[in-house]
Amino acid sequence: MFHSSKALIRNPRLALAAGIGVAVLLQLGGGWIDPYTTQVVLFAAINVILAVSLNLVMGETGQFSLCHAAFMAVGAYTSALLTGKALPTLLPHLSWTGSSWASQVFFLPVLLVGGSVAALAGLIVGGPSLRLRGDYLAMVTLGFGEIIRVLLQNANFVGGARGMEGILPATNLFWAVGFAVLTVYTMIALVRSTYGRGFQAVRDDEIAAAAMGIDTTRVKVTAFVIGAFFAGVAGGLYAHAVEFISPEGFNFLRSFEIIVMVILGGLGRPVGVAIAAILITLLNEWLRDLSQYRMVVYALIIILFMILRPAETLRPLLSRVLPGRKPAAS
Amino acid sequence: MHEFLQQVINGLSLGAIYALIALGYSMVYGVLKFINFAHGDVLMIGAFAGFYAVPMIHGIFPDPWTTTAAVLIWSMAVCAVLGVVIERLAYRPLRNQPKLAVLITSIGVSLLLSYGGQILFGVNQKAFPDLLPPIRVSLGSSVTISGNHLLVMAVTLLLLVALRETIQRTRFGLALRALSQNRDAAALMGVNSNAVISLTFAVGSALAGAAGVLYAMNIHSIEPLMGTLPGIKAFVAAVLGGIGSMPGAAVGGLLLGLTECLLGGSDLSSYRDAIAFGILILILLVRPSGLFGSSAAEKV
Repeated sequence: MFHSSKALIRNPRLALAAGIGVAVLLQLGGGWIDPYTTQVVLFAAINVILAVSLNLVMGETGQFSLCHAAFMAVGAYTSALLTGKALPTLLPHLSWTGSSWASQVFFLPVLLVGGSVAALAGLIVGGPSLRLRGDYLAMVTLGFGEIIRVLLQNANFVGGARGMEGILPATNLFWAVGFAVLTVYTMIALVRSTYGRGFQAVRDDEIAAAAMGIDTTRVKVTAFVIGAFFAGVAGGLYAHAVEFISPEGFNFLRSFEIIVMVILGGLGRPVGVAIAAILITLLNEWLRDLSQYRMVVYALIIILFMILRPAETLRPLLSRVLPGRKPAAS
Repeated sequence: MHEFLQQVINGLSLGAIYALIALGYSMVYGVLKFINFAHGDVLMIGAFAGFYAVPMIHGIFPDPWTTTAAVLIWSMAVCAVLGVVIERLAYRPLRNQPKLAVLITSIGVSLLLSYGGQILFGVNQKAFPDLLPPIRVSLGSSVTISGNHLLVMAVTLLLLVALRETIQRTRFGLALRALSQNRDAAALMGVNSNAVISLTFAVGSALAGAAGVLYAMNIHSIEPLMGTLPGIKAFVAAVLGGIGSMPGAAVGGLLLGLTECLLGGSDLSSYRDAIAFGILILILLVRPSGLFGSSAAEKV
């Protein structure tokens, strides 16, 4: 098992094919899976997309972002508007229920448009803010995340603070698991490409990367935009899985939850991050009845993790934050 | 015009509270160069400490002004201890780690305090008692200042002057300034950096505690997540003034409070919470060192 999983990691295309195969099998032959388990799997897959895409920004490129949930919100609202208002108005003679062929056929372009609008938001946010570093970047991304949330709260055509309900339940195991696999594959393939090495170069030493001719701002913005795209797709999947979205569901805490997944999985380790995302999803289910304790547990996990093994969890970031040969010196 | 003047007074009062909180951010940033995310939640603990102490303190001091003063001092003491404990347990083990590790830890501490607070104090809002009699001082025809607003401004002024004197005239203040310039050099000159950092957290958190009580007296209700928003806005105020600069934090707080109240009275009121972030983003893009800050060149 271990060897075969290693082979899959070494050969991403094989892993991609296998993963898509699993997604198809789950969808076609998964009738025996009860609705609750299905929902947990959907959440796990969506969290995998979110965490692995944030890993590109935080883990591979070394930029701290606190607004991943806001990009998710942009994708969720865009795609929900498309399936809820635009498509039924444009094509009124088709049947628009969750499992009708029309909604399934149009779901892929809807998700991609949702992702693209989120990517545009990523470009708007990332362009100016990625000139900043560290603490300041964290605060500016937090600020942008909150601004997007406040804008949504004041946008009455999407329900304002009440949110949107009755969204088409178009998300199924095929789309969610398929996109999760596709995201992990894309991220691994991306950072292994010649172009993608630039991300890690920026993370490891921004000044040296710039000296080597890498346009560091461009690389950082690219990572941000790609991360935002996948977050937007995840948002679309989420909206069409839970059938209800509201601005509060995409607040700073949601972003923090994704950050916890990335840190627990290991920055710059997409497979580890995906596993952490699945584990946190399960943890959320176990702690569902104890929702107050959930955030306390998260907080303790993070604090203890940071204190007990900070060097290991932050190794990819270490050299970026403290340029020079002595990462332990202040 | 009266409306405008009234909003100016409200803004100054709100800004004074922001200034108190912003000073804590700035002091910690000055010595440790990191943003203490949990600062806003220390404020919340201060408000709750005051809330639970009011009945007892009121039994000892029947006079409303004495009660208020005692509640303020009690909350400041509780928060000072809390700040020292947080620094000792969560931040000191990471003293020589990357700033980002400490930043993430402080987000963790923030969540621990606010959600731990939900478990301890309950999720629901609690009505913060009116400590002062409802006095109003009228200025001119229709502009009035309430007792609460007067108290906020007086307490803030007092604490600001006390802090300034402490930093300029005491050995602790000297050590603090030395640390914020260069920690290693200060340590070589015999400054006990751990002790000074602990004391910095104590002072900064005490200011947050005072701000918590004052904030609670103005909004009349408290709940465990109340600290986040003023915390973030005060951070914006600190950055606006130039983080690390004490007068900057005070001026930044007042400016932010004024902006918020003046715009809050207009049609933009539902976007009020986004205004602070808009300001933050603008400053960081145009003048990252803030109004009073100095920018340091990065050494390679």
